[in-house]
Amino acid sequence: MTVIVTDAGFSPATQREIVALADLTDQTAVDLANTDDPHELVGRLDQLTLIRVAFPAFNDGRAFTIARRLRELGYTGQLLALGPVIADQYAMLRRVGFDGAEIPDEIAARQPADQWQFRAADWKQHHYQARLRA
Amino acid sequence: MTKAHDIGLRMVRNAAGEPGFEVMVGGGLGRTPMIGVTVREFLPEADLLPYVEAVLSVYNTLGRRDNKYKARIKITVHETGAAEITRMIEARFAELRPLFGGADQKLLAEIREAFAPPAFRNAPVDAYDAFYKADPTFRAWADTNLTVHRNAQYAIVTISLKAHGETPGDATSAQMRLIADLAEKYGHSDLRISHEQNVILPHVHKSDLPTLHAALLQAGLGTANVGLLSDIIACPGMDYCALATARSIPVAQELATHFEALKLEHEIGPLKIKISGCINACGHHHVGHIGILGLDRAGVENYQITLGGDGTETAVIGDKTGPGFAYTEIVPAIERILRAYLGLRLEPSETFLQAFRRVGMEPFKTALYESDSAQDAA
Repeated sequence: MTVIVTDAGFSPATQREIVALADLTDQTAVDLANTDDPHELVGRLDQLTLIRVAFPAFNDGRAFTIARRLRELGYTGQLLALGPVIADQYAMLRRVGFDGAEIPDEIAARQPADQWQFRAADWKQHHYQARLRA
Repeated sequence: MTKAHDIGLRMVRNAAGEPGFEVMVGGGLGRTPMIGVTVREFLPEADLLPYVEAVLSVYNTLGRRDNKYKARIKITVHETGAAEITRMIEARFAELRPLFGGADQKLLAEIREAFAPPAFRNAPVDAYDAFYKADPTFRAWADTNLTVHRNAQYAIVTISLKAHGETPGDATSAQMRLIADLAEKYGHSDLRISHEQNVILPHVHKSDLPTLHAALLQAGLGTANVGLLSDIIACPGMDYCALATARSIPVAQELATHFEALKLEHEIGPLKIKISGCINACGHHHVGHIGILGLDRAGVENYQITLGGDGTETAVIGDKTGPGFAYTEIVPAIERILRAYLGLRLEPSETFLQAFRRVGMEPFKTALYESDSAQDAA
């Protein structure tokens, strides 16, 4: 069981067909490892409605760069961080383009919804990088 | 030190005279000392943020995660190769550059206003010239502790926190208050701390220097040794640091007092000695002309020497001389090196580093390790 965190709070993850990048043909949902190159999805981004990018551990930050690149490449569907990220990272996840995270139950138990909401409330504030890029 | 950083930015001008940066990546000291490689000879000033972001973006994608000691840009650059990492940074930069619409340049202009130069005073400097001729103590201090200012009536003052025999880089609360007052009174309220563990007053009118110097002398802050042997960078070492494997401060203190007693400091001339009490290299010993690294050999302090290091634009990591020295042997060992230098330099103006680059390691090794006769001759 896993939990999906968004700005709206916790919701249970539903069963969906999600394939790995290597197995992607005409499906609409794909899982990326944090070693996958987002450029491999160029030309197929329009068919996708969900991309999850793996965080094997909260301190492995490769998926942040991948999310940013997917948005730069024009992906507009749902984008989730998949794995044991922590609430303190929520604002940063949102800033690079994730819509939220799909976290394991034990993380959800340790950091209840209010801790994520606390970070969700003001993730656009103090976003100095966006301010400098304007 | 620019070349010994994860990302080093050196201000340069291109052929057209426009300001920009030479960008170096993958430098660092610590357990794996490396000099950074230049990935861009000239980066226009306005491209700085997207370019640095590109470096970090590439590093985040390639960087090692399996071993925290290897999770550094220097390791990534070394393993990927300079040409490939440059190509990847430039490719990522091309993607990121168009996302910057100019807000960063507006903010930079605001910051620049906050750093406007002070209102320089136009006044005669005769008093300084007269005092320089008349007072040898002042002259000695002026010769070592002043740096040329872009305004000829002004000087950049380095207040040495390296009084011989004192803890390098330490100041008492009374000294700090005095320095703050002097900066307010004579230095346009500007005061900086240097990485060499001294205090810099960047704008002092020359006519104020005699009074400033007198006040510093009275507070024990008038040491005339900037850039000389006793201007040592030392880490806190085992006296204060839980990571240290050997003491640093007493070694620095003994070197300073030893050569002061021998009256050799000015004879030796420009010299950077840097001391670290463990391999993490907080004392930057790798880029000292003479570097001293304190290690723990089976419970006993042992000091390894490196020679020829350089932290400037001609940066080099120093070479190890060979086996290390015990705590009681390290000061005599440094003396043997410096006696060898005094004996082999072509003329007094040839610095230790220049002499080392000319003759290499061998003469110093001989002086360090060969028999007692070498010591007697010294």
